[in-house]
Amino acid sequence: MKHFAKLLVSSLALMAAPVVAETVAITGGKVVVGDGSAPMDGATVVIRDSRVVAVGTNVTVPANARRIDASGKWVTPGIFAGFSRVGLVEVGAVSGTNDTSAADSVFSAALDVQYAVNPFAAPVAVNRAAGVTRAVVSPSTGKSIFGGYGAIVDLGADNNPITKARAFQFVELGETGHRRAGGSRTAAHILFRAMLEEARTYSRNPALLDSDMLKASDAKALLPVISGKTRLLVHANSANDILKVLGLRKDFPSLKLVLVGANEGWRVANDIAAAKVPVLASALSDLPYSFEDLSATQSNIGRMKQAGVQVAIGMINDRDAHQLRYSMQYAGNLVALNKVPRATGLSWDEAFAAISSGPAEIMGMGGQLGSLKAGRQGDVVIWTGDPLELSTQVETVFIDGVEQSLSNRQERLRERYRNPTPGALPKAYDR
Amino acid sequence: MDLRNLLAVVAAGALVTGCAATAAETETASASASSASKSSAKAAFPSTYKPYSYDNTVITGVTIFDGEGQRFDNGVIFMSAGKIVSVGGPETVVPTDSTIIDGTGKYVTPGIIDIHSHLGDYPTPSVAAHSDGNEATSPVTPEVWAEHSVWPQDPGFSRALTNGGITSLQILPGSANLFGGRSVTLKNVPARTVQAMKFPGAPYGMKMACGENPKRVYGNRNRKPATRMGSISLTRQTWINAQEYKKKRKGAKPPKRDIGMETLVGVLDGDILVHNHCYRADELNQIIDMSKEFGYKVTAFHHAVESYKIADILAKEEICSAIWADWWGFKMEAYDAIPENAALLQQAGACVIIHSDDENQIQRLNQEASKALADGRAMGIEITDAQAIQWITYNPAKAMGISEQTGSLKPGKMADVVLWNDNPLSVYARPEKVWIDGAMLYDANDPNRRPVSDFELGQPGEGDVK
Repeated sequence: MKHFAKLLVSSLALMAAPVVAETVAITGGKVVVGDGSAPMDGATVVIRDSRVVAVGTNVTVPANARRIDASGKWVTPGIFAGFSRVGLVEVGAVSGTNDTSAADSVFSAALDVQYAVNPFAAPVAVNRAAGVTRAVVSPSTGKSIFGGYGAIVDLGADNNPITKARAFQFVELGETGHRRAGGSRTAAHILFRAMLEEARTYSRNPALLDSDMLKASDAKALLPVISGKTRLLVHANSANDILKVLGLRKDFPSLKLVLVGANEGWRVANDIAAAKVPVLASALSDLPYSFEDLSATQSNIGRMKQAGVQVAIGMINDRDAHQLRYSMQYAGNLVALNKVPRATGLSWDEAFAAISSGPAEIMGMGGQLGSLKAGRQGDVVIWTGDPLELSTQVETVFIDGVEQSLSNRQERLRERYRNPTPGALPKAYDR
Repeated sequence: MDLRNLLAVVAAGALVTGCAATAAETETASASASSASKSSAKAAFPSTYKPYSYDNTVITGVTIFDGEGQRFDNGVIFMSAGKIVSVGGPETVVPTDSTIIDGTGKYVTPGIIDIHSHLGDYPTPSVAAHSDGNEATSPVTPEVWAEHSVWPQDPGFSRALTNGGITSLQILPGSANLFGGRSVTLKNVPARTVQAMKFPGAPYGMKMACGENPKRVYGNRNRKPATRMGSISLTRQTWINAQEYKKKRKGAKPPKRDIGMETLVGVLDGDILVHNHCYRADELNQIIDMSKEFGYKVTAFHHAVESYKIADILAKEEICSAIWADWWGFKMEAYDAIPENAALLQQAGACVIIHSDDENQIQRLNQEASKALADGRAMGIEITDAQAIQWITYNPAKAMGISEQTGSLKPGKMADVVLWNDNPLSVYARPEKVWIDGAMLYDANDPNRRPVSDFELGQPGEGDVK
């Protein structure tokens, strides 16, 4: 929301008591459901309390609803960042504000981001104003291959950011895993297997736990991973590392694997599809950043999709604490590939799903999040135009049915320096 | 912040361009000393770049952004013998014996120029063996030259060409040092040697840095500078040494040749342009005062995320800001970055350049400019599409001292041209063809007009669309 009058209102709203959920009818907009279907012109979205209750072109607007005329606008589910560190970092290089990893901790798998995610962090407000409403938040690894528990969060301006705590465990099994495990992929895989086996031992008899191998807390954290109750998000990029990750199912058949990054996924796309392992893929990686990324291409996601892989966009290690607002640009770039000979992109509808319903489905929350269907949480964004286009601005954001303040530090700085020359008093008095 | 981002921060180079020619020089530089510094700079490692074979090419019915703020609808551009011959509306007269390309629905811009790149000196694969961007063994290393670190086989050059339409770029040393060394300006052509990429006649730049990076790198080793005041003191002392060297060199007993001092004297003489990595508004202003103390000019502040706070001062001093559209928050001095930085500078009449400092965003500088444009318009600042294109073409060319040769579509200039398959300010646009000096070095429709570096030859994904 970039209009000054609205900003004033939203700045005040930030200071006032939290706005309560209400019944809202957003009418006349171009509505994107987010599930890969084509947009509907002139459709209505009704939100009541925290949820979407009706979507379509034949919707009766409830008499008590606050109406928002979205004629000429686009209405979509909020953007769902498929892999991020939002809320874990205020300033990247200021260590006291950076909770992504804990290299000096004695714990690994037991670390849990739910205690660190800060809903008041500036990056939460900045990305909320850009239309991002939900995110997968993952720890990074410290000295083990396991980073700990990640969460699903909302970016709402309220005290409780956690949608689902302990939503997954995060592990590094590519080049970073090699480094964390002591210097080889062999070490990473034996460490992985040994820690899981030790967790099993612990579950049978806690007295038999080899505490040199792992702490009881870490063992407890790995048990739901072994049983498949908790998803295991695995960062791996090379075709070979991906195959080796898929192979873990031989020894641990219940693992609920999700690949993250997967820069060379296209080369083994049939294997990934056959294993029914979904992917939160980096969208625009196209350089051999390392030898694990030799064949990286922006066509990766499109090719995996064509091979039948369930794939959505994630932003691992790519400004993933501050710039979730790149999600729309990245999705748009995948659409652009359709006009490049020999490249494989996504259709517009698929690309939007890759940043809305896609991540929700992959995280097992498609029934609650990521699309505009009756019963889903009321995460809705009104845009001035095509949400993937660079010129488009966000006008209104609802999270859990509550209209959000779009005020943030960046907008306040901008207004203070709209005219940089100090007036009668120094700039510090311009508020 | 993960390791890659941290490395990127360290790599984020500070290049201070000193178009010092207009700086108030109190001493009368002797012509011989000045030309000596010019000739020593020009004699060593000369460019061997030669344009590749060209067709006489006409593009018709195309929307043209000329790089200097002009737009032609249903336009025509004619390139011959590697040069722009004519650019204009549908009435433009062109020869009939040329290759005619129907540009209906498409767009033409000058080749995109990135004023801040580390391709080649921080190439991919970014293994330790390739980490050649910071001579971080001393905070004062004006003696090093970025071109001696550039690896021409960096696959990033070809990505920048094919996805980003980059035709010229400045490779800078990193920002670990107060004086990082000389930059080099390249034409984005694949080559066996760096010399065969060097932009003929381009002036050298010198990278300088202020702020967090030098004090972190050296402070952590308990060396000077550990503070911002330490940085400024060491920088000033170095300028005093350079002034002395310059004076002695004109005297009866010239000192032994010192290649670091030659670079600094090149700045004082106005031959070498200062590109100064600096983030915070207060620090930009300190640097401006320091440049006045020693009589050189800062050509461009790089990164300059707080330029918007002193846009009026930067306009008055005629110093460009080479900036990202929206990077922020990765370190303390980037905390106050806002996406309207470019637009607020433009509004104040200051020079805006959108740069990448990044092997990924160099592939979509057009999109970065578009975001900065959109954020400006959203706050009510009127900027034309053509002006936004100028941020990534003519303005960087000017700050790199190559605007007489490239950076806009004016008759007689190098035919560095991109044909886009859609409006380059749209997320849906990609380069369709790219010409450098009239030679078509990329054609999306021809798999053989796509460079593949030695490193990628015989590897999985060789020659892929990327």
